[in-house]
Amino acid sequence: MCRLAMKTASEPFSPFSVLTAMEAMQEGYDGSGLGLLLRGLKFADYKYNAQDPILSGIAHSEAALVRLDHIMDKAGFTLNYDHEFEVKKEMIEAQDRHKYILRVYKKPVTWNKLSASEIEHELMLIRLALRANGEAHGNDLTAFSLWPDVATIKEVGWPLEIGLALGLDSGRITSRICMAQGRQNTNYGINLYACHPFFLQGVATMTNGENTAFIPIKDWLTGRAFPGYIGYQSDSEVFAHILHYVTRQLKLPLEAYKHVITPLKNDELAVHPQGDFLRGLRDACRRLIIDGPNAVIGTLPDETAMLVMDAKKMRPATVGGKPGEWAIASEMCGVDAMIPDRDRSKDFQPMREHTVIIPPDRQELQIWSQFDQLPIPQAA
Amino acid sequence: MVSVRSIANTPSSLTPNDLPWIIEHREDRCTLCGQCAAVCPVGTLNLTYMRKRMPHLVLSATERGSSYKTFVGIRQSTEIGKRCIGCGSCSLVCPNEAIQPLQNPGRDRFRFVNNQQGEPAKRGGRRNVPGASLLDRLIFDRISMLTDPALDAGRHEFSCNTLLGRVLPPEEYVRRKLAGEWIPPVREIFPFVIGSMSFGALSPNMWLGLLQGVAYCNEVLGIPVVMATGEGGCPPWVLRSPFLKYIILQIASGYFGWDEIIRAIPEMQCDPAAIEIKYGQGAKPGDGGLLMWFKVSKLIARLRGVPEGVDLPSPPVHQTLYSIEESVMKMIQTMSMAWNFRVPVYPKISGSTSAKSVLNNLVRNPYAGALLIDGIDGGTGAAYNISMDATGHPIAANVRECYLDLCAQGKQNEIPIFAAGGVGKNGNVTQNGMALIMLGASGVHMGKFMMQSAAGCLGTESNRCNVCNIGLCPKGITSQNPKLYRRLDPDQVAQRVVETFMSIRTEIKKVMAPLGRSQSLPIGMSDALGIDDKDVAERLNIRYVC
Repeated sequence: MCRLAMKTASEPFSPFSVLTAMEAMQEGYDGSGLGLLLRGLKFADYKYNAQDPILSGIAHSEAALVRLDHIMDKAGFTLNYDHEFEVKKEMIEAQDRHKYILRVYKKPVTWNKLSASEIEHELMLIRLALRANGEAHGNDLTAFSLWPDVATIKEVGWPLEIGLALGLDSGRITSRICMAQGRQNTNYGINLYACHPFFLQGVATMTNGENTAFIPIKDWLTGRAFPGYIGYQSDSEVFAHILHYVTRQLKLPLEAYKHVITPLKNDELAVHPQGDFLRGLRDACRRLIIDGPNAVIGTLPDETAMLVMDAKKMRPATVGGKPGEWAIASEMCGVDAMIPDRDRSKDFQPMREHTVIIPPDRQELQIWSQFDQLPIPQAA
Repeated sequence: MVSVRSIANTPSSLTPNDLPWIIEHREDRCTLCGQCAAVCPVGTLNLTYMRKRMPHLVLSATERGSSYKTFVGIRQSTEIGKRCIGCGSCSLVCPNEAIQPLQNPGRDRFRFVNNQQGEPAKRGGRRNVPGASLLDRLIFDRISMLTDPALDAGRHEFSCNTLLGRVLPPEEYVRRKLAGEWIPPVREIFPFVIGSMSFGALSPNMWLGLLQGVAYCNEVLGIPVVMATGEGGCPPWVLRSPFLKYIILQIASGYFGWDEIIRAIPEMQCDPAAIEIKYGQGAKPGDGGLLMWFKVSKLIARLRGVPEGVDLPSPPVHQTLYSIEESVMKMIQTMSMAWNFRVPVYPKISGSTSAKSVLNNLVRNPYAGALLIDGIDGGTGAAYNISMDATGHPIAANVRECYLDLCAQGKQNEIPIFAAGGVGKNGNVTQNGMALIMLGASGVHMGKFMMQSAAGCLGTESNRCNVCNIGLCPKGITSQNPKLYRRLDPDQVAQRVVETFMSIRTEIKKVMAPLGRSQSLPIGMSDALGIDDKDVAERLNIRYVC
């Protein structure tokens, strides 16, 4: 079973503190991989402007790096900062990692006339172009994310060892959000792209458990003809794409996510204040109903963090913390490791109807129930 | 050798051994009660006096060399129209197990002469292809075990229902809902539907039993089963009853029964479940329905608005239609309008390589509620053998192709595909249905299986009985003759309907639980399907397993 740890804090912290939480939960993973997603970044040796996009990925060869530079140059990006990891190669299982990429770019000047959503679309297309380029060359170039204020690191191996191997303990990178997942989805083969957290246009999720409704969901998302709905090396990638679809395409509030992936039953909808709307939403989004035991932890571009469970609540997850600092982990010991000095009596384990939301101000936890009114206009 | 004239010999002469079914009669057990001959629906059995010579050695010149014994026995008619159909009614009534029909182990010669008067062979029932069907061979092989806590079919809650009706794309749904615009009607139903069998083809007792059972499933057990009428309408009291919501009304090319339906609309207590427009039928593509004159009783005549005792053939196509576009526009929109756009309307077509064209046309029509495709293994009340045996398209590949086509357009949730034709023909109804669902169907229709399971239809794939077309159903299922249909107790049929659906529901859970599915019906979950045939696996785009 996968292990998940996420910390969000008003003050940037080192991702290594989250890796120690992963270590506390190490019984539950098999060293098949680590994924880290950081938001609200601060670099010790660079003053970062949070508007600038950050490219995260791996160049597996010099040639791949050259091609990457060529693609970024051609698109009009200017390299502002190239984070050099202090890599201890002997500690990395894979031998073909030429360079771990974490680069801050200046957006092309031609984009100045584009709207925010057009820029977001372009950023996605550039990332997909990099990915496609790598896939066309024997997977020698991997692009995880290209987005302002988001950095992604994925590697095969034990979490703590990867952290040490990449020098994450040095404190050169800190962030206000760190998502970590400690096992690849091994149902569909080990692949760096199969490693959580999954990212699309600012939306990121990570999950434990298995989504048995994967194929029908994948088929439906693929049919949207939206360029970002690709990949699916892991059955869990659809959770991120559904969150993207609900919040960005349907433009529904975050709370609607739960109604899409685990809709209420008929008798529950019959007494819900918006039962009619939600029943129709359930029908319209029927192919996005997830199945299987899952806890889904997600973060949004505004640094909102969230946690939801599957409809049977068959996976554990705990949230705990204090104003300004919150942690979500699949195991309670993970929360303990991330925020030891909290009031544990206020820890919360969501049930099937809950969505735990940690708003960007991080002052208090919002526990929203599916039985509550959905914050949408009255006509619905 | 004797002369030719001294034996019965015409081109169509048959002996019992040439017939598909041969009566085995044991004289030592027979009590000569005559019940078998009385019950035989086709009159193949004759109680006859027979004489046999008893030769013995005679030494005296005054005595004859042989004596004769006269006895009473059973004679099987070799007339074409009276050949044994293998129904086994004789065995059912025989007090001493002295008689039974046996299938001719050789290839019967009957089939070569079964076209007397130039009329090709016709029958009711089924396609008669014994052995495991392709649907029987599909297995569910993606088992959740260590990667997942397995689900418990007996303990966990399962959501097994499906949707019938046009579903909007989510963006459009949200927009229309916020703007207060029309949302197409959608019914949440049990994915196993009692397929179209007309009130005319079925006896009143059978129809009543089905409806009682369906009502019980809905109102007591919470299984939202619906049943389709077939062409020919519905009894007036049903149209005005609260049970209409469990009924899919069919309109077909003869429009039989629709005067009665239209007249009843203002008095309806509820809307019907849906309207099915029949363009084709899997068992006899290109043929309209046919209700033979001897099934047109007083009640049927009243419902259909015709005189009693006349043949009621429906045209092969809807005569008012000129093209598919027109068909969709006229029929679907007219029917939608009749119920003020509150009832899903969908077409039923025969399985065909052209099914995709129909589907794509429906996709572009905002009022089309679904597509029902009826494969070649579908049953019928009456059809020419050649239609039933060799015309049509198997359902599995047809459904799969259509589903993948919808997937490519991202519209698989918008137009549900329903599959029919051979579902449960060997008894494996849930397995067949769930396999079709995982291939992409939203649900399945089943007719023959319901007749067999709920009413004890005697038909088998070995051409047993299959005389639904001549109104002589020995069980009283497809007859309008009160002497026959009184054999069927509607209450008992209703009970069997309920038992059948309870069992299907449990089996659905037993399929879904090991797949780790419980929250929604696994429509299109093709990763769970496997078959031990590479070509089929490739054609259906599923896994080959061995």
